[in-house]
Amino acid sequence: MKVILVGATKGIGRAVARRLASRGASMSLLGRDKAELERSARDLEARGAAGRVVTALCDMADPDTFDAALASADADLDGFDTVVVTAAAFATQERLEAEPALLRRLLDTNFTNTILFCEAARKSLLSHGGGTLCVVSSVAGERGRKPVVLYGASKAGLSAYLEGLDHKFRPQGLVTVCVKPGFVTTSMTEGLPAPPLAGTPEAVAARIVRAIDRGTPVVYAPGIWALVMFVIRLLPRTVMRRVGF
Amino acid sequence: MTAKPLARRLPGSRSPSPDTPPLTSTLSGWGRAPVVPGVEIRDEDLRALTKDIPLVRGLGRAYGDAALPAPGDVAIAGSTRADRILSFDPTTGILRAEAGLSLDTICDLFLPRGFFTPITPGTRFVTLGGMVACDVHGKNHHVDGTFGRHVGALTVRTGTGQIVTCSPDRHADLFWATIGGMGLTGAVLDVTVRLTPIPSPWIFEERECMSDIDTFVTALKGAQATWPMTAGWIDCLSGGRSMGRGVILRGRWATAAEAPGPFPGGYRRPSVPFDFPEFALSRPTIRLFNDVFYLKHRRGSRRVVHPYTFFYPLDAIGRWTRMYGTRGFTQYQCVLPEAAGPDAPRRFLTALTSRGGASFLCVIKDCGAEGQGLLSFPRPGISIALDIPMRDHTQALIDALNEQVLREGGRIYLAKDALSRAEHYRAMDPRIGHFLDVRRHWDPDGRIRSAQSARLFGW
Repeated sequence: MKVILVGATKGIGRAVARRLASRGASMSLLGRDKAELERSARDLEARGAAGRVVTALCDMADPDTFDAALASADADLDGFDTVVVTAAAFATQERLEAEPALLRRLLDTNFTNTILFCEAARKSLLSHGGGTLCVVSSVAGERGRKPVVLYGASKAGLSAYLEGLDHKFRPQGLVTVCVKPGFVTTSMTEGLPAPPLAGTPEAVAARIVRAIDRGTPVVYAPGIWALVMFVIRLLPRTVMRRVGF
Repeated sequence: MTAKPLARRLPGSRSPSPDTPPLTSTLSGWGRAPVVPGVEIRDEDLRALTKDIPLVRGLGRAYGDAALPAPGDVAIAGSTRADRILSFDPTTGILRAEAGLSLDTICDLFLPRGFFTPITPGTRFVTLGGMVACDVHGKNHHVDGTFGRHVGALTVRTGTGQIVTCSPDRHADLFWATIGGMGLTGAVLDVTVRLTPIPSPWIFEERECMSDIDTFVTALKGAQATWPMTAGWIDCLSGGRSMGRGVILRGRWATAAEAPGPFPGGYRRPSVPFDFPEFALSRPTIRLFNDVFYLKHRRGSRRVVHPYTFFYPLDAIGRWTRMYGTRGFTQYQCVLPEAAGPDAPRRFLTALTSRGGASFLCVIKDCGAEGQGLLSFPRPGISIALDIPMRDHTQALIDALNEQVLREGGRIYLAKDALSRAEHYRAMDPRIGHFLDVRRHWDPDGRIRSAQSARLFGW
């Protein structure tokens, strides 16, 4: 397995990378902080990654870096078959409502730029005969909900894109995996009260890697969120207006 | 991505704004007492996190208040997400890793490769930073000393915010004050330590019953020359001629020929599902447990065992501290120096039982040479560790035990302590003045403090 990971220095991405490393994957880490990437690369090598884990600079805030980063990873790995994108931005609804500049950055990162990166990755994977594109979206994109109106909108758009991608390109060999985590206890959610169904990065990573192995188009993590979101999708608007979640 | 500004992440931090809600979360150590207001903030970027929060907590296995915020403080930095391996050289065994890397992960990754931590405490759910801060010791103390002896270098963020690399040759004062310094000299960011090559990941162990404390101590000393690892369990409720009877445990790494196979990995752990009522650990139940345990081992045994069975028997049960009920417990560990004579352990047990003290687990170990850490606990003599349920009389019992230890010229282990009075602790250790001088030098404004340091040192 030859994997490119975006967002592997922290949280869910770090846990996914470690799980893949323990299986002996060849890896390239993309990110904006070279020193952090190198530290994570050495960590993954010690945990079993095949050969030297390589890195390339890639800033999700700057789409101009995407093609060069993918090309660099492609050359270093001598081709790749899997791309995992876990990098994302998060802020509370209150902050996003109060800070338009932050809102724009979040929408750009989670929606526009992630899709631009996926488009570049898609073309590259298809040019190699296919592969797997695994992207972390969120259960927040399932329905418009009061606590995550803006963050959820960014993830709803991403989920819709990933579903369309899967419909269109799976016959050509591109498997798309859309991951929809619920609340996960990471640094991104630090300081927020953890709900009862909160997951750990390690547990979520286990589900992600299994979904990559199986080519599952949509995976909820932890798994109980599939049931929770099934119920929430069925709720009428009148109920959604009244409830606070 | 750098850590988010603390004020945005932490309602009620050191500088709360008027519109932040009051803090409702609490923290406690492994003994679940005391419980103090506080919140642990974790981030992969420990360097950034410790700019705002100088006191660091690892996996929370310090029993008492060593890893709790001091009165008036709220936040403590959690290191467990800063857990990357920065380098490992299989030819030398030298590992450099971020301070939050757990011993559990080190075991999982390096036992199959033929390496083990040079020193292990009685649980693998500790971090490298915690092992440094407590200068942990283990069953091989009489041979290999404490963890600090095997540490090559540390990266520390001091109280002034400066990041300093220290070692026995470079900023040695900071290095040796940080080894066993309970996190009070700075936030340990990364640790360089030499892992030990092992012939197999299995342990050959021998268990033998000892009829009384004197026989036990003689046996521990007798095993020093031939066994690299020793410790024992004693029945602290038995009196008279059988006072201090127990089971001695001797061990060594199994040879490749003795090993039943490659490292089998960890195992699933059942967990205590609820808090036990207080009567569950009373004198009668402890006496019953002790009798059964002693009788079970009366014939002794010699066998090859899983390393976790040998090193970490309590880790086999998740959340075992619930057995002590909602009030929790304190662990009391002292070392009685050789100069106190061979009867010192008997006098200590008499002091314990005469005041109604009882411990579900009472562990005894002979200690070797004193380490160079300025507050490092072990010194040549006999170490005794007790788990004491928190009850109304527990403070008085700890006071009495401390007075006994003072009479013997011994000292206590800060990683376990929650209740010792400042005057007792400060009278036990002549090294404290030097330690505080070094601490003051690297943290002149006294930014780094814990509930324990406030209790024992006043800051």
